[in-house]
Amino acid sequence: MIRLGALGAGLFFVLALMLGVVQPRDAVAPDPVEEHHKHPQKVEWSFNGPGNLGIFGTFDRAQLQRGFQVYKEVCSACHSINRVAFRDLAAIGFSPAEIKALAAQYEVASIDDKTGEAATRKATPADKFPLIYPNEAAARAAQNGALPPDLSLITKAREDGTNYVHSLLTGYDEAPPKGWTVLDGLYYNPYFASLNIKMPPPLAADDQVTYADGTKATRDQMAKDVAVFLTWTAEPKLEARKETGVAAVIFLLILTLLGYLSYRRVWADVKGPKAVAAE
Amino acid sequence: MSFPWAKHYEPKSEFTKFVDSRLPIPRFVYDALGAGYPAPKNLNYFYNFGFLAGVALMVQIITGIVLAMHYAANTAIAFDSVEHIMRDVNSGWMIRYMHAVGASFFFAVVYIHIFRGLYYGSYKPPREVLWMLGLVIFLLMMATAFMGYVLVWGQMSFWGATVITGLFSAIPVVGPAIQTWLLGGFSPDNATLNRFFSLHFLLPFVTLGVIVLHVWALHIPGSNNPTGVDVKGPQDTVPFHPYYTAKDFFGLGVYLTLFAVVVFFAPNMLGEVDNYIPANPLSTPALIVPEWYFWPFYAILRSFTVDFLFIPAKLLGVIGMFASILLLFFLPWLDTSPVRSNNYRPWSRILFWVFVVDVIILGVCGGKHAAEPWIIISQLASVYYFAHFLIILPIVSRIEKTLPLPNSIAEAVLAKYNKASSPGLAGSPGVQPAE
Repeated sequence: MIRLGALGAGLFFVLALMLGVVQPRDAVAPDPVEEHHKHPQKVEWSFNGPGNLGIFGTFDRAQLQRGFQVYKEVCSACHSINRVAFRDLAAIGFSPAEIKALAAQYEVASIDDKTGEAATRKATPADKFPLIYPNEAAARAAQNGALPPDLSLITKAREDGTNYVHSLLTGYDEAPPKGWTVLDGLYYNPYFASLNIKMPPPLAADDQVTYADGTKATRDQMAKDVAVFLTWTAEPKLEARKETGVAAVIFLLILTLLGYLSYRRVWADVKGPKAVAAE
Repeated sequence: MSFPWAKHYEPKSEFTKFVDSRLPIPRFVYDALGAGYPAPKNLNYFYNFGFLAGVALMVQIITGIVLAMHYAANTAIAFDSVEHIMRDVNSGWMIRYMHAVGASFFFAVVYIHIFRGLYYGSYKPPREVLWMLGLVIFLLMMATAFMGYVLVWGQMSFWGATVITGLFSAIPVVGPAIQTWLLGGFSPDNATLNRFFSLHFLLPFVTLGVIVLHVWALHIPGSNNPTGVDVKGPQDTVPFHPYYTAKDFFGLGVYLTLFAVVVFFAPNMLGEVDNYIPANPLSTPALIVPEWYFWPFYAILRSFTVDFLFIPAKLLGVIGMFASILLLFFLPWLDTSPVRSNNYRPWSRILFWVFVVDVIILGVCGGKHAAEPWIIISQLASVYYFAHFLIILPIVSRIEKTLPLPNSIAEAVLAKYNKASSPGLAGSPGVQPAE
């Protein structure tokens, strides 16, 4: 009975599916976006360690600070990093005094103690970097309809994120392919999902920022530095994670080896030649 | 139950005698997984995965309880609270990555466990109830994993919840009402998030309860084994402890090492990048896909593209997807071969590997855009999926000529040892025709 029912059910599903298989397909024009979209270029990052494997490696503190400078002087005109607190910058080498001074440059919402009216106050190290626009509508109104995303998590919210940020920032130079229209107010960028991006080229020329450590601020260098900085904002615990990982894996390998040896020893009387001969 | 030659617990000290006569937990443990539980001596490494699945569940429960201390099930702050765990909670990043990667590892382990059961015929009598309880656990896991994924309240959480609850709207007449009831509204919102959090917390403990039944059902006939031949005497078994405790410990080490490699060096490898974007009901992601462990079923869901017998394609997809799992409950009666292990079933063995490849193909299709050629590939793969269990296996299991079985487990072990130590004698192993 069960097998008969199963046969019926099986024929039902097979026929329903085969009907779909033989159904004529609508001709689908090749998607020009898919055709011209480029995957981000691979770059060797210091935090990925030898071979870009992602096992060892640490952030380059000087690079993080340069990246922060690029963010602050260029990106922050439109993009927030609202998940990062000023105090977090201690991890990339800022002193408490520097952090305090930096935070004081920002205003955050507060309430007037005496009147209870809405007011603002200077940010403290415990505050997060404030939003650039109070809400999405304000952002779109100011940006000609575009919404600059918060960048705190951007390298984890895009495929191959660090490479993506670097490639996107340096990817404006390519001319659009023949037949591809770039609408007014948009820019062609083959690394952007839809190829047409609303963000104007943010890194327009070399030496757009002046690095304090004397590094030559080429566009490529600035793009790399800010990509690394945004990798840190997305994964501030990256170094602790890898350090813990190396220790954990070494511990577990030793534990596993001991486990294997005790397993062999326990089973010796069952698997060993003596045991077999005895049987 | 246990085999007659099982050792029995004998309390030696005054204290253990005292405990044994009042609450005999030591006796229970000794008889269940100590020296008092004889197990077949030929279990291979695939038999480690049941234990590993238990470990994976415990990792999920422990990390999950810590996460729940810091998580806030409210749509306004759920995503932020996850990021708070990643940034500000002590070792929060580790706990959360263990939980997220742990879900993938749990499924990987359970899939190997299920396929091991399929290959060695562990669903066959007298283990049907054991098999069905395992499937109940699998279904509970799927529900739990789905709801857990929604809790992050990223883009994929939101749209995944929209798609999966949308499946119920395919049910005629009452479908839309059921969807609204499940969501607590017309689209996923705070009510949805709250109930999913509550159920995501509850279901692992329900799973734990069913696992107790699963292990209980296992202890009645004892483990199956790679030969599929019943245990016949003491020469076929070894006491669970120390033999399989030692083997499981070694397997655990390998498992945890692999787990640590992914958690610490590639924690986002198995996830979707879109879920690092906060949920936005006004912006649909370009590609809505579930986590990898649902891809084969997602492919089956999407492979029904045309109406059939006046049943709309969408409803067919939903029926097909649920049927693809539920049909496994009938497997013990669909496969009628008296021989359990595929080692001795030449045709079924080929079919098994075709089925493995078929599921992998479905998995690949499930992770892609619903476009050609993936649709037609997933349709053909779905055809085989259903045909395999519902048509081919019932027929093949009847007409197949099986190979001679070893007389006993001990004999098979001996034959294997002889074969390994002296290849020249490979032609004359101790395998004799079954009587």
